[in-house]
Amino acid sequence: MYTQALNSSDGDDRGVEDVARASQFQARIDADERIEPNDWMPAAYRKTLTRQISQHAHSEIVGMLPEGNWITRAPSLRRKAALLAKVQDECGHGLYLYAAAETLGTSREELVDGMLSGKAKYSSIFNYPTLTWADIGTIGWLVDGAAIMNQIPLCRCSYGPYARAMIRVCKEESFHQRQGFEIMVTLCRGTAEQKAMAQNALDRWWWPVLMMFGPPDQVSQHSDTSTKWKIKRFSNDELRQKFIDATVPQAEFLGLTIPDPGMKQNENGNWVHSPIDWDEFKQVLAGNGPCNRDRLAARRKAHEEGAWVREAAMAYAEKRKSRQLAQAAE
Amino acid sequence: MATPNTPLWEVFIRSRNGLAHKHVGSLHAADATLALQAARDIYTRRGEGLSIWVVPSNAITASDPAEKGMMFEPAETKIYRHPTFYDVPDEVGHM
Repeated sequence: MYTQALNSSDGDDRGVEDVARASQFQARIDADERIEPNDWMPAAYRKTLTRQISQHAHSEIVGMLPEGNWITRAPSLRRKAALLAKVQDECGHGLYLYAAAETLGTSREELVDGMLSGKAKYSSIFNYPTLTWADIGTIGWLVDGAAIMNQIPLCRCSYGPYARAMIRVCKEESFHQRQGFEIMVTLCRGTAEQKAMAQNALDRWWWPVLMMFGPPDQVSQHSDTSTKWKIKRFSNDELRQKFIDATVPQAEFLGLTIPDPGMKQNENGNWVHSPIDWDEFKQVLAGNGPCNRDRLAARRKAHEEGAWVREAAMAYAEKRKSRQLAQAAE
Repeated sequence: MATPNTPLWEVFIRSRNGLAHKHVGSLHAADATLALQAARDIYTRRGEGLSIWVVPSNAITASDPAEKGMMFEPAETKIYRHPTFYDVPDEVGHM
């Protein structure tokens, strides 16, 4: 459910591969045909998509951590059941996406190892901590809200397996945003202390959420190829603007203040935000965010502690298979 | 850190409306029992179906996309296989 800055491609394959095939491929894309796993595709298309889809999958998996942090401390059974279901969905979304990425020829194990070794990236947003219950509301409302903005156009992505995975994800996702907003409404209608907690969470999450859409268009150098290949249908800034315009009235409804005193509405009705601190974004991507080390450590621990289960399951399957073969031979 | 590869399975689900099993995606599992269990958890969290099939991916034989033309083009010219090819006078009404 969370893509961000994952849309930079590896540039052109011109001169490297068969020009005739490449132009046939582009003609198929231009005719809005879907590209399927066994179809010919330029190596750079394969590489770009493998990276984008697997980073998207890693983001879903790592995204379970900040919210999982609050499952045992949810304020009611209703909230706990909803949060648990949401975190289960994120696991499911990660698995749909890994399956889509694998169709491009990289194994699940390689993809997971890439994440665990720190080589592959995931969405920077999950390197921020969830300090209070209001953070869970804010994540659903804003982080999932931003993710939905990003993901809806991906349902029409040129690569069939990715588009199909995104359709499933988007169908399931809208409950995530609504449950988050419901938490915010409840807090904002509660005591002054609860409302202050909601405001504090918005203050901390607003800017990192805007960064989820990736660098501004003028520095996002590779997006041309992704656009040409119809992997990407809207620019980072377009999506960011759409998100802000949708969110401002929702914050108003809650009676919360968006922590950007310089934000103004222009003549077209769009809300123009103040400059974003891209240094912070770069730092978080480089591994220096508040929770980067914790997140990776938690994923590695889960992977290592689950190793015996994977080994036992495979050993059992092997044993049964050889027993069946022996019986058949008798 | 490299882990041995776990077998891949394709998942088919029959929805409650009585249609045929439909491919919904794939997953990794050590054996058929675990594959069914995982398919239930991954693909039917919202009552998507009443029956699941799991099939080892390597048991599937697929048509070659390069032979798409040879396989499917012959049907394109046979428009007389569709009901709309035939004229029925308006007076006859719906047929």
